[in-house]
Amino acid sequence: MAPHDVRRPFKRPAISDQQRRRDLSLLRQSQNRRDAQHQARCLASSVLSLQSQTPEPVPEFEIELVEETESQSEEESGTLTKDLDVRQASKLKGAEARKWFAAQLMLPEWMIDIPDRLNHDWYVLARPAGKRCIVVSSNGTTVSRLRNGSVLHHFPSALPCGARTRDQSGSSQSYCILDCIFHESDQTYYVIDMVCWRGYSLYDCTAEFRFFWLNSKLAETGACDSPSRYHKFRFSSVPVFNCDQSGLYAAYTGVVSYVKDGLLFYNKHAHYQTGNTPLALVWKDEHCSQYVIDTDSKGDIPSQQQVVLELQDDGKLSTSDDPAVNFGCLDREFIQKVCFISELHSGSLLKFAIGDGGLSFVDGKLEKADLHYLGKTNRARMFADSYSKVIFQYMVRHAPLKFDDLLASISSSNDQENKPSDVEMVS
Amino acid sequence: MAMEVTQVLLNAQSIDGTVRKHAEDSLKQFQEQNLPGFLLSLSGELANDDKPIDSRKLAGLILKNALDAKEQHRKFELVQRWLSLDVNVKTQIKACLLKTLTSPVPDARSTASQVIAKIAGIELPQKQWPELIGSLLSNIHQLPAHVKQATLETLGYLCEEVSPDVVDQDHVNKILTAVVQGMNANEGNNDVRLAATRALYNALSFAQANFSNDMERDYIMRVVCEATQSTDLKIRQAAFECLVSISSTYYEKLAPYMQDIYSITAKAVREDEEPVALQAIEFWSSICDEEIDILEEYGGDFTGDSDIPCFYFIKQALPALVPMLLETLLKQEEDQDQDEGAWNIAMAGGTCLGLVARTVGDDIVPLVIPFIEENITKPDWRQREAATYAFGSILEGPSPDKLVHVVNVALTFMLNALTKDPNNHVKDTSAWTLGRIFEFLHGSTIDTPIITPANCQQIITVLLQSMKDAPNVAEKACGALYFLAQGYEDVGPSSPLTPFFQEIVQSLLTVTHREDAGESRLRTAAYETLNEVVRSSTDETAPMVLQLVPVIMMELHKTLEGQKLSSDEREKQSELQGLLCGCLQVIIQKLGSAEPTKYVFMQYADQIMGLFLRVFACRSATVHEEAMLAIGALAYATGPDFAKYMPEFYKYLEMGLQNFEEYQVCAVTVGVVGDICRALEEKILPYCDGIMTQLLKDLSSNQLHRSVKPPIFSCFGDIALAIGENFEKYLMYAMPMLQSAADLSAHTSGADDDMIEYTNSLRNGILEAYSGIFQGFKNSPKTQLLIPYAPHILQFLDSIYMEKDMDEVVMKTAIGLLGDLADTLGSNAGSLIQQSLSSKDFLNECLSSDDHMIKESAEWAKLAISKAISV
Repeated sequence: MAPHDVRRPFKRPAISDQQRRRDLSLLRQSQNRRDAQHQARCLASSVLSLQSQTPEPVPEFEIELVEETESQSEEESGTLTKDLDVRQASKLKGAEARKWFAAQLMLPEWMIDIPDRLNHDWYVLARPAGKRCIVVSSNGTTVSRLRNGSVLHHFPSALPCGARTRDQSGSSQSYCILDCIFHESDQTYYVIDMVCWRGYSLYDCTAEFRFFWLNSKLAETGACDSPSRYHKFRFSSVPVFNCDQSGLYAAYTGVVSYVKDGLLFYNKHAHYQTGNTPLALVWKDEHCSQYVIDTDSKGDIPSQQQVVLELQDDGKLSTSDDPAVNFGCLDREFIQKVCFISELHSGSLLKFAIGDGGLSFVDGKLEKADLHYLGKTNRARMFADSYSKVIFQYMVRHAPLKFDDLLASISSSNDQENKPSDVEMVS
Repeated sequence: MAMEVTQVLLNAQSIDGTVRKHAEDSLKQFQEQNLPGFLLSLSGELANDDKPIDSRKLAGLILKNALDAKEQHRKFELVQRWLSLDVNVKTQIKACLLKTLTSPVPDARSTASQVIAKIAGIELPQKQWPELIGSLLSNIHQLPAHVKQATLETLGYLCEEVSPDVVDQDHVNKILTAVVQGMNANEGNNDVRLAATRALYNALSFAQANFSNDMERDYIMRVVCEATQSTDLKIRQAAFECLVSISSTYYEKLAPYMQDIYSITAKAVREDEEPVALQAIEFWSSICDEEIDILEEYGGDFTGDSDIPCFYFIKQALPALVPMLLETLLKQEEDQDQDEGAWNIAMAGGTCLGLVARTVGDDIVPLVIPFIEENITKPDWRQREAATYAFGSILEGPSPDKLVHVVNVALTFMLNALTKDPNNHVKDTSAWTLGRIFEFLHGSTIDTPIITPANCQQIITVLLQSMKDAPNVAEKACGALYFLAQGYEDVGPSSPLTPFFQEIVQSLLTVTHREDAGESRLRTAAYETLNEVVRSSTDETAPMVLQLVPVIMMELHKTLEGQKLSSDEREKQSELQGLLCGCLQVIIQKLGSAEPTKYVFMQYADQIMGLFLRVFACRSATVHEEAMLAIGALAYATGPDFAKYMPEFYKYLEMGLQNFEEYQVCAVTVGVVGDICRALEEKILPYCDGIMTQLLKDLSSNQLHRSVKPPIFSCFGDIALAIGENFEKYLMYAMPMLQSAADLSAHTSGADDDMIEYTNSLRNGILEAYSGIFQGFKNSPKTQLLIPYAPHILQFLDSIYMEKDMDEVVMKTAIGLLGDLADTLGSNAGSLIQQSLSSKDFLNECLSSDDHMIKESAEWAKLAISKAISV
């Protein structure tokens, strides 16, 4: 048992540079591993799939409505745009970009009959009046686009990755996509749905979860705070109610900070589905909306209901639904005459008025429509009307679905409470 | 069975190499042919007082080496071999050994003591040889002095070999009683007293219960303190060693004795011989270590409920302790700065002063400043150096506010001394002190900058000038520059160093070429400083860092020119290659981290890789760690193009993974496999069979250092993420390993902090492996292959959650894995996940965590689970 050495390091730095090199390497490796894992997690199995895993050097959102010089032919773009993620899509230009973004929103059908189990399986909310838009925050900037894909605002926001501030937490590759309505008078984005949050896709989450997430996450970021240097517009969530009697009343009559434009109904179990869906519905009456009956371009209500339909190869006129509903057929002579003059071709959107003959139904299906050709629609228009919109507008003019009908359906459904449900929810 | 071995043992120590070789061979042969006979012969030789002492000593040594080895794997084999020996043989050997304790020959007794302790170390944990301690102690009072001495020595070694939990308290009491009685001042024989005192040193860790008993503790402490006053230097030294050990093992019991201990140590420091004085100083250093640890724990934990409270012994002793330590500083030896092995009272005192400063902070400053002021201008170099050293020592601990004024005054003084003082020693300490100033009082966290536009130029000029001074001074100047650069690491786009960058780099390169750069670690210091200068470079200086690439490449190229090197030259070559590869690694990592510089740097990639491969080729069996580390950085910078180097590089990768002995090399290589996975992605597939085989072998090896195992698991995850569903063929090997490791690491109950830390790193590796595998299989038709593993994984997550000893890293990885499992398996695992505790309590706990990384992973998991259960 020899004496024990008591020597201590003398005039030496405690850490050797070699150890530091090892440590820094390990740090870099674990960061790289984290990034790789994060990327893998963000590879959503939905519409938005990341094709390339290499981070893109600063995408710029520089799309202007007028710029159409670089638009590609339909065939090329069809395959090109299908698998883009939102950051790649943001580099598309002109019509390409508008087309891509226009296809990203979930479009509620108009309520033409009342779904079963409205009070069990549905939420209701008062829709703010304003411009429906898709808001994307990514790489230190935020861009909002209208339904037709054109840019509304390009601004810094407190959303994750929404502004170039130093204290950004999380990966630089993360991004958010929100479904919003921009409300002019208080310059606020009302968030009606959450599609992606911090790079994680919510497309295949139920509405129940998306609303829960929206309500718990949005406020956390400071996006609901008043505007400031790095946060140009305020965001706000919208009160969502269970669609029972009190919820329906609250949405219909409750006082909110915004001007209402009808009620939106969401099926709790439905995923976020782009395009028209019967699992989200819109309903309006004069009490809760200034825009119940469609107006023309001058803001006046035309004496006859107007509809926009898409011309098909065979001359049929169809709605924007998938599958499309046919409203009639242009006769050959008409096509030859008119099409020659106004360069009509398949895919053109045409405006018609519904004449006094109106619409006739057999067994709940449209059989005949009295259509009168008015002309082509303007170029900003991207889609034909949906079947439900045409019918809702038709009903408003003839036999509207009233608030009392909604209430009645809820109480009658309460009566049937004990009946076993044979309704499988589609989700 | 036994055989005459005397002559062979003597021949084995012959000066004649041939004779020696022959004897060693016959011993080896004997051992291989008849191990029991061999061991019996050796023990017989050792026990026989008629035999020459040299053959007896060697017999004992060989016997000892047959029972223990440094290397874990070998040690385990030897233990198993001993346990499986015939009982009668073992009994005979033990009898011989015990008999040897009574031998009149001291060396024979001492050797036997050590062998007995080794056997005890093997047998006591197996509940064998239960009579040993009893028989050693049976009639210790009646024994002749030399036997008593040997018995106490044996007990000492035994306590060193055996863990306290295999000795029952009754035996512990008897051992301590015998030992403490042997130490007592009444013991007339100094050999006995010394053996007892040294035995106590080892027995202290057995004395938990006795130290909790006031009377027993008082008695032990009194005897130890008395022993520090012995007339025999060795006994005094051993007694102080006991005090040092007590100070760390029983810190919380010391309060009643501190007054006495202070007097004893102060007297020893001032008056006793150096070996004793050094131990006396060490006592205070050790108390500082304890209090620093406790206070650190206080700081980290606002509830302040550390296991052991701080008694603030140092703070209380401060007014007397500091002057005592300052006195020691004046006892420097000439040339101690040039002698790497030097350790004297001035060095120990200065080191202790530094620890005291870290313990008490601001309070030390007013006690030291007068000493500095009084001595710093004296003609005697010892006084100037002591003053400077005192100042350098107290720079870590006190708040910057308290120091900043003094430092501003001192800075000019130090710079002046560094250029003009005639004494090498003073210059060395001045440069070191400048380094400490920059280390602790310079950087973005300090409010009042020490280095300003007004003095920056002067500081750098002085440091660069001093790099031409004697090697020890130049090395300290490099060190100072290292910390100066480090302070500017996160300075932003424009650095105050920019105007001097070129000059600094040039000066450092010049230092590396000095004839005497091999002395005082100078070359190493210069390259390390160059690394730090590169790390702290900004966009402005990036072009100059780029220019450095071909320069360092040329240096590395030069090391490859030499032919037919001696082993000494080869070692030097390898060291230099290490420094250069390290430097290239830092440069690659720096330039690779920004797109524009990476792009320009890539023109060198082929040549650099070529050089690294040649560095590897310099050696036959091992891989150069630094070159490996640099290749990891290169793979990261290169990305998918790294594939072109793989055919040539692969064999070295495999060699690195096979390096059990130098586990750091193995660990580094495992990390590089991860880098390559991320760089190549699915292009790594052709190499995966080989890599996986090697990694699986590593995991099953009990030779490999345990610290490498967690990263190997993480590496499984890297591979799976890179090759996706192609990982299928490895599932049947990897999954069982992961499962059994998971079972092992699920519970830590009763483990110490080190073990908990290791277990957590193991858990993290396992969880990362699973995460990588699940994410790799996502969206593949083969996803269902993973379903059978889900129940076990969820169970693992639940059990580590219940254990409540996860660290933040594990928590983040664990909750992320829950998400990955849900994400990949979807509805297939929906109900399973819903039943798990992790998906409820654990998830909620993580969702409300303050740690944003945990929270982010938890949000991801919540999302993935909600998808899985909604489909």
